[in-house]
Amino acid sequence: MTTVPGTPTNILMVGVGGQGTILASELLAHVLMESGYDVKKSEVHGMSQRGGRVVSHVRFGEKVYSPLIVKREVDYLVGFELAETLRSLEWLGPEARVLADRKAILPFTSLVGEARYPFDALELIRKRGFDLTVVDGEGLAVEAGEPKTANIVLMGALAKLLPIDKKGWEEAIKRNMPGKFVSVNLRALDLGYSAVEIA
Amino acid sequence: MKKLLLSGNEAIARGALDAGISLATAYPGTPSTEILENIARMDAGKAMWAPNEKIAVELASGVSFAGHRTIAAMKHVGVNVAADPLFTLAYTGVRGGLVIVTADDPELHSSQNEQDNRRYASFARIPMLEPSDSQEVLEFTREAFPLSERFDLPVFLRTTTRISHGKSVVIAGEWDKEEKRPDPGLVKDPAKFVMVPANARIRHLDLEERISSLKDFAESCSFNRVEMADTELGVVTSGISYNYVKEALPDASVLKLGLVFPLPDKLIRDFASRCRRIIVVEELEPYLEEGLRYLGIEAEGKSLISRFGEINTGTVRRAVTGVREPAEDNKHEPLDPIPVRPPVMCIGCPHRGIFHLLSRKGIFVAGDIGCYTLAVSPPLSAIHTTVCMGAGVNQAAGIEAVLQEEHGKVVAVIGDSTFLHSGLGGILNMAYNGIPATILILDNFTTAMTGRQNHPGSGFDITGNRTRQVDWETLLRGLGMEHVRIVDAYDLEEMDSTLTEEIKRDAPSVIVVRGACMLLRNQPVKQENPYEIDEEICTNCGNCLKLGCLAISRRNLSIDEKPVIDTQKCTGCTLCFQGCLFGAIEALE
Repeated sequence: MTTVPGTPTNILMVGVGGQGTILASELLAHVLMESGYDVKKSEVHGMSQRGGRVVSHVRFGEKVYSPLIVKREVDYLVGFELAETLRSLEWLGPEARVLADRKAILPFTSLVGEARYPFDALELIRKRGFDLTVVDGEGLAVEAGEPKTANIVLMGALAKLLPIDKKGWEEAIKRNMPGKFVSVNLRALDLGYSAVEIA
Repeated sequence: MKKLLLSGNEAIARGALDAGISLATAYPGTPSTEILENIARMDAGKAMWAPNEKIAVELASGVSFAGHRTIAAMKHVGVNVAADPLFTLAYTGVRGGLVIVTADDPELHSSQNEQDNRRYASFARIPMLEPSDSQEVLEFTREAFPLSERFDLPVFLRTTTRISHGKSVVIAGEWDKEEKRPDPGLVKDPAKFVMVPANARIRHLDLEERISSLKDFAESCSFNRVEMADTELGVVTSGISYNYVKEALPDASVLKLGLVFPLPDKLIRDFASRCRRIIVVEELEPYLEEGLRYLGIEAEGKSLISRFGEINTGTVRRAVTGVREPAEDNKHEPLDPIPVRPPVMCIGCPHRGIFHLLSRKGIFVAGDIGCYTLAVSPPLSAIHTTVCMGAGVNQAAGIEAVLQEEHGKVVAVIGDSTFLHSGLGGILNMAYNGIPATILILDNFTTAMTGRQNHPGSGFDITGNRTRQVDWETLLRGLGMEHVRIVDAYDLEEMDSTLTEEIKRDAPSVIVVRGACMLLRNQPVKQENPYEIDEEICTNCGNCLKLGCLAISRRNLSIDEKPVIDTQKCTGCTLCFQGCLFGAIEALE
């Protein structure tokens, strides 16, 4: 997609508490800053550790004022969890790209059969005509050597789509993560990056 | 120049340390908590958790009176707790710079109300700074201390959730501001520091003189800024709202106020006279709008922008330019309902068992503020009041005092940190007045809801060092409580029999329900001895599902099938095992 110079690019990241959504958005914001962009990010802390929905807004460009994305103006949606990805469709702009993990985390009402969980989320998103890239975050994270790096797998996939050199991502991981986690996260980033094919 | 990506809370911590504070204090509260945590991380000796916000402000005032700089941080409702000293500290004024952070929460992301604490500034006559991003947070925080000393007043620094928790790029630079600092030491000056009526009358007059000179300063200070552009539309704004205005109305002229009390009358009048239409863009209360109207300026504000919740670029655009929400198209047709995902108690949480019992017994529960408030949701549905910290204890006592016929059907629940914050007086009252209420103190050894901060009951200080730990039994007995029981939060039978005895008792009583926070015990949460359900024995009575545990679901997610335990998630807390009436739940072999 093309972005108008001067207009910030909007990335919405959604997931469930415990998936590392905020950590991933933190890394993304650092990469963008180090690449010379102005960047703002916003999310609500507090409830995330208790299995609630986590939403992180990241905006970058020459100059960014608001830390919040306006509804229908998302350029990239990074969805770590099926139902939360689907729930975010109303935020997407007409040209939005969707990067989605297959991971399903069921809320209590669905676990006990009281509410239907949208296992068909990806089909619904594709049917609506959005540009959808599906990433098996957990599978690739296991391949990288640590299931908890699914969030970084998704960042690797995002890296392929954004106008930023992959080296910037690698440097940010080295700079912002404790030494013993660097190599596994670099592997996760690589696997995510390779999983996306640019048409 | 090195660039940093900082949250507002991190920027406050840096700014306060740059300004040379000697002590920072706070009680945890979203979205303010990370301010003190960051100060402790950067300079451990300068941070202290206070048991509540009143203690924090009074402690800070002592530091200021001793001639040292200090900061006290709290969430918006914390200022209510601290209001008593604040109003009179405006009279006394300060010695060392005294800064009070109020972190407001428009949209109630994690609060019981969305009060606009700019009202406190004008009410208490305390100047208030309101930054718009992390760069300004850093600069305003540094400047707040000399401002406090120069005008002999405490200074409010107001953030909102999007400022406190939002991150933006900061160029920290060096702050080498040389200014005259007060001499540390004891100063005996009763006319200034002893607010008996004779002195306070004089200090009240003096306060108005200080505010008056501050008002002159406000006219030309760098906190306020005029950005003239198209004069068709002039916008007056402050804080986070400034950002939405700049994006939604790029052609408008803007008066950006960084010092929101006292307001610069001449600057506002001059700006208004240069623009054809004047709009005030602000979240929550019409605080600035009323300021303009007081000056006789016909400003539009709340007629366009809601008094409720947060605003954003879209709401400002729609309110002012009249553009509508984008219409539905084939990409955005309505979806079938997606199940909601409310926050829930952790798997293995020590609060689950007691609420399961209270729910089963149909007891009326006066609640409080903390993780346990989550028990309001089904299937536990066991919280019936929540107003503010400490209220539940007294509400249960009030109910017991007038509904004697309902005795045995009412309890209050309060967490350990909340109890030490504002529950003590309630126990004292019950004992003193002989009100036969039963209070359950849910002791999980931490301030869990805000992210596990230590407190006087945890036995650790902010840096994790061992410190004096409250002895609950001695404390409660000292307050006059004769009947104190301590039970294991994971022992349903013990809790059940103790609860039955104590709520019937015709005397005040306290049950301390003890079990460490799941997240405190195991980080990351480890699985120990998971349990499973024997499908043959299970009668599908559904009792285990009433615990609201995310490790227990129905087979095939079908409402008619029997429950099953996800052994990958089960922490082995044993509550479902203890609660099963048919012995169908057993430890996994």
